[in-house]
Amino acid sequence: MDILNNLFTNIYNAINAFLNGLLGGAGLRPDAASAIVAAIMGLIVGTVVLLFGVGVVLTLIWLERKVAARVQDRVGPNRVGPFGMLQPVADTIKMFIKEDIVPTNADGLVHLLAPVIALAPAVLAFVVVPFGQGMQPADLNIVVLWVVSVSSIGTVGLFMAGYGSNNKFALLGGMRAVAQAISYEIPQVLTIVPIILLAGSMSLVQIVQKQSTLWYVFVLPVGLIGFVVYYISALAEVNRTPFDQPEGESEIVAGHHTEYSGMKFGLFYLAEYFNFFIVCTIATTLFLGGWQGPFLPSWLWFLIKTYALILLGMWIRMTLPRFRVDQLMKFAWQVLVPISLINIVLTGILLMFFKVG
Amino acid sequence: MLDRYGIVAIFALLAVIFPAIPLLLSLVIRPKKPNQSKKATYECGLEFEDFPEEAQNVWVQFRVQYYLFALIFVVFDIEVVYLYPWAVAYNTLGPFALVEMIVFLGILILALAYAWRNGLLEWT
Repeated sequence: MDILNNLFTNIYNAINAFLNGLLGGAGLRPDAASAIVAAIMGLIVGTVVLLFGVGVVLTLIWLERKVAARVQDRVGPNRVGPFGMLQPVADTIKMFIKEDIVPTNADGLVHLLAPVIALAPAVLAFVVVPFGQGMQPADLNIVVLWVVSVSSIGTVGLFMAGYGSNNKFALLGGMRAVAQAISYEIPQVLTIVPIILLAGSMSLVQIVQKQSTLWYVFVLPVGLIGFVVYYISALAEVNRTPFDQPEGESEIVAGHHTEYSGMKFGLFYLAEYFNFFIVCTIATTLFLGGWQGPFLPSWLWFLIKTYALILLGMWIRMTLPRFRVDQLMKFAWQVLVPISLINIVLTGILLMFFKVG
Repeated sequence: MLDRYGIVAIFALLAVIFPAIPLLLSLVIRPKKPNQSKKATYECGLEFEDFPEEAQNVWVQFRVQYYLFALIFVVFDIEVVYLYPWAVAYNTLGPFALVEMIVFLGILILALAYAWRNGLLEWT
């Protein structure tokens, strides 16, 4: 069991030791050698995490289409590979070989940079996700603030897409994306405050360790309220149905990516699923005990919980129709923000009388 | 501490490289056959070129509500910056911290209620 549990940390240590031996023999100054080793290890970790992320996105696309098909009593993709599992790969190849169309009226530079800026923050948010025991790329002590601030940069990318395309639908989509992101960011960040109160720390690793006896979602009533508010606003933050007004295809064609095709569109697609995965990992870490769990290896527990949340998100997507834009804003400011403010006060009062964890 | 942020810096580098790779790769293998109607601005079932001059200007006016929500957002976002340190240090601060924060939140809830009553939170 320990072998499986420490599999990835052992691989990491082995490569680290190997590189240290290699560079130690090369006659470099010791501090220079260790700096080079740290840089190479960082690059390896980053590449592995990103490849893992791409793999996750491929499974998510397949899963989303399969779940959608089952809910709607269809079969779904079943031609490419076993159970259609290679369908996302085929989609990717198609995106690679599609022509890139930039409208004459569009602002070329903004049009090109928008998908890059939409995707880059999603990559940055991966830095702090604790995938398992001792398996976080970097344990900053301001992690929660990092995740929140980095994830809101992606909205700039969406607005650039709307602004640079020189298209009414795209501009409307971009403005809706900004309005929605700023409205739902408030309940999202406010509902993390009770968790920090309970844990007394902003480091995700310490938050997970504090949950070894009791997951914060079971700290009634504040944990459950916090979890529900966080999950709803996270779904809105990543523009998933029922909160997909920025690309509401029945109203504004495809919203911010109306004028996008080929790989640029593919990057938006990738960013969307990256963000969805990240908010689910953060929800797992903050509320569901992260990698804590009996018997199975810690990273497997983490994946199981994350995928459970992802499936919940897909279920919600298939079940609920899209909100109207006025209902959306009302819901954020008149329901979620007051609830999360009251939740903070409630947690503070509870902590005066009870000790948690 | 420094090498933790070193990893963040490496990820920042990767964040730029990672989107660039598929864009460059597809630049090599994708076809390039532009024509006039492909490069026209998209419009539902109409020819964009047929529009009168003033309708071709697509930078529409935005609703004032977007601006109002942005203003409220700034207020609450700054509030959160104050709340996070308070939350981290709460266990060591004692009851007075709770009273202080209830006063602080109370003022903000009052502000939200004021905005609500004046119809700033309505999308009309």
